[in-house]
Amino acid sequence: MTLDQLTPGSSCTITGLSAANMLGQRLLDMGIFPGLTLRVIRNAPLEDPMQVEIEGYSISLRHEEARFVEVKTDEDR
Amino acid sequence: MKTDKIIVALAGQPNCGKSTVFNALTGARQHVANYPGVTVEKMTGWYRYGDVRVTVVDLPGTYSLTSYSPEERVTRDFILHQAPSVVVNTMDASNLKRCLYFTFQLLEMEIPVILNLNMMDVAENRGMTIDTTALSRGLGVPVVPTAITRDRGKTDLQAAILETAGQGLSTVPARVDYREMTSYITSVQERVTALTDLGDRYPLRWLAIKLMEGDEAVRDLVREKTESYAQLLLDVDRFRQQFEAAMDTAPEMHVAGCRYRAAEGIARPCVTRSAKTIVQGYQITNYTWPLLAGFRNLVADILPASGFIDVPLTRAFFLWLIDSVNALLNYIPVFLILFACIAFLEDSGYMPRMAFIMDRLFSRYGLHGQSTLPMVLGGIYVGGCAVPGVMSCKGIPDERSRLATILIIPMLNCLAKVPLYVLLINIYFAQHKGWAMFFISTISMLMVLPVSKLLTHTVLRDKETAPFVMEMPPYHLPTIRGVLGRALERVWLFIRKITTIVVALAVVIFVLLQFPGIEPERMAIYEDRKNAAMDTFFQQIAGTGFENDLSDDNLMAMIRFWEAYRSKKMGAKSAEAAQSIDAEFEAANTRFFTLLKPGRDRDAKQVNRALKTLIRERSQLLQEMRAERIDNSFLGYAGKALVPLTQWAGFNWRVNVALLGAFAAKESAVATLGALYEQGDTSESLETRMAREEEGFTPLHALALMMFMVLYPPCLATSIAVKLQSGSVKWMLFAMGYPMLLGLVVASLIFTCGSALGLSGLQAMAAFYLLALVITIAVGFITPRQTVTA
Repeated sequence: MTLDQLTPGSSCTITGLSAANMLGQRLLDMGIFPGLTLRVIRNAPLEDPMQVEIEGYSISLRHEEARFVEVKTDEDR
Repeated sequence: MKTDKIIVALAGQPNCGKSTVFNALTGARQHVANYPGVTVEKMTGWYRYGDVRVTVVDLPGTYSLTSYSPEERVTRDFILHQAPSVVVNTMDASNLKRCLYFTFQLLEMEIPVILNLNMMDVAENRGMTIDTTALSRGLGVPVVPTAITRDRGKTDLQAAILETAGQGLSTVPARVDYREMTSYITSVQERVTALTDLGDRYPLRWLAIKLMEGDEAVRDLVREKTESYAQLLLDVDRFRQQFEAAMDTAPEMHVAGCRYRAAEGIARPCVTRSAKTIVQGYQITNYTWPLLAGFRNLVADILPASGFIDVPLTRAFFLWLIDSVNALLNYIPVFLILFACIAFLEDSGYMPRMAFIMDRLFSRYGLHGQSTLPMVLGGIYVGGCAVPGVMSCKGIPDERSRLATILIIPMLNCLAKVPLYVLLINIYFAQHKGWAMFFISTISMLMVLPVSKLLTHTVLRDKETAPFVMEMPPYHLPTIRGVLGRALERVWLFIRKITTIVVALAVVIFVLLQFPGIEPERMAIYEDRKNAAMDTFFQQIAGTGFENDLSDDNLMAMIRFWEAYRSKKMGAKSAEAAQSIDAEFEAANTRFFTLLKPGRDRDAKQVNRALKTLIRERSQLLQEMRAERIDNSFLGYAGKALVPLTQWAGFNWRVNVALLGAFAAKESAVATLGALYEQGDTSESLETRMAREEEGFTPLHALALMMFMVLYPPCLATSIAVKLQSGSVKWMLFAMGYPMLLGLVVASLIFTCGSALGLSGLQAMAAFYLLALVITIAVGFITPRQTVTA
């Protein structure tokens, strides 16, 4: 599944990035890298963008961007 | 080499405090321009260090050095083409790993780099310590820690800049291991040298890595600067395809991954994180507790010293007194915060609105809308404190509701009740922790509401009521003076009461716990065990050359020395403080200190080991004696005497003693149980010990005990608060008496009915919850009698 499908409060492990070019590079630079775990903190009041916490810092990203982050939720591990 | 003109570039990721560093270095001597062709600002400034003029360029903050954004391009081009003498890589110390990802990209450009760990204060506040020496060694570049906002480290940074600028690139910095890609990078490097002369002008390895990454700007650079670019780029594309086919990952992804792994590899051993406490408010007590502990140590030094197993009565008494008062004084900072919050809410005008929202529900149970705040403070769910809860009842205009609120607040789950819940739930409801926690945190509400209904219809029936009509004032911003003043005033009031009432009660409890004490024949047995332990000790240290130092009274002096050192060491906050303690003790007695910290001295080591065993045995003896003394004390007798009464609730005498002892402070329930079950191997947790020794104890017992704790009478501090707020000792005694009766009834109900019906702990829990829920809802429908008189 992909990161945009997660609801606030859930955590997951990043399994892959399907974005190439700029978005992919930006996600990588911001620390979204396969193998790391992240937690969805909240959605903005209008449901978009979302705030995720990774390795102790928070990142905000749009759902359409989160679509490119492939994740595995902690439950189905 | 003497340089009189240095260009320094500041580079780093956004939000790392780079501009603060820039401002601190250059002061007002700066000017802003745009980089050619883009709207990115170029900040330049300068400062003088000795007789050297240093020009500082603040590069835009970027997460990476690729070429996707103008900021990244500007940063990279500046470093490549302007060749600054030094690049200062400013980074957020609390976010080391991600910052190092950037640092590796800088290092690949083969320029002199200084790592500036900024925001060290933030990292320290988050409980992180960073070993800068190890970091410097790992990376092969100088590391300068700073906390610029706190004025720390600026001159260090300037000195490091001058030094590094003079040396140029002297050491070989750490390199990222690109694993499977290494051979490809080498091949690209070969192609670049074979086909072009770029390697003379640019860092060759960096060029190769960037080409493997498929960086567009570098490809443009190749096209621009060389004739034979077509051939080179074709080769590079071939390598990229080969790599992707072989590894099944995009080359740029692989590169980023390797950089993160390298960053992790460097960062992990350098960073230690200490655990954070959950309740941040208690942080302040970390600062005040050493003061209280220091006072205790001071008094402990004056009092007659304790012998090997015999503690002089005066010593025991005064330490008990100080411990009792300290236990309450320790909460003062927390009270101060809570009192300030109350004052703030009162002044802001929010209280009436809170009352407005909740009055509908509470008035059905004889409470008031304004009971909301006291109940929130008292721990409506889990983790409040009854003292500020009771104190904040002051604002309730309705006398009857106010007294009812004061009386029910102690039933809420204050923080001090939690340890006992956690202990019991861990042993007896381990399978259903979630349910048990839910039960315990909501059941108090289901107890409070019917009880307050009952109280307002019985003992409080004749108290005056007041109409609810009230003004809804506009919101005000409270003044600091007003809020702080009121908070301090209330805390002071409280302290004054504590020192009198608590001292009196502490004396009573001390007597109850100490006398009549251990019987002489039992005491003789302890003496024998003591002598045996001493004999073994002297045998072990025979021939070490330390016998004379430890003969007779000296042994006791050594043990005290050891314990004083331990307790001082516990209070030390920093490495420096610990060192100064070491020095102090070494100066006080060099010979003893050698035994404390033997180092390489073989004999001293042997004595040290023997001493450890002896001290462990001594503390075990003391513990056993303490348990036996409680067993043989008036309180112990009381606990046993109460058994006929409490057997219906399933409490044995040990539990009774613990519950009686909890009067002083509820936390001590767990501590007393700890002392009572103190036998055998002390490394076992209380859970295991209790589970083993109380074989007959079932989840049903535990449930009854927990319910009794929910309904437990207010602790000393709260009782004082009740007296202050109700204005009479009579109400204080009532507040202490009725919960005990109620608690005993409820606990007996659960235990006796539960056993008769053969219910399991969980079933009884569910049944009781349902019963409480039904009663709560039912009494909610009884309409209050009209008592408001015109």
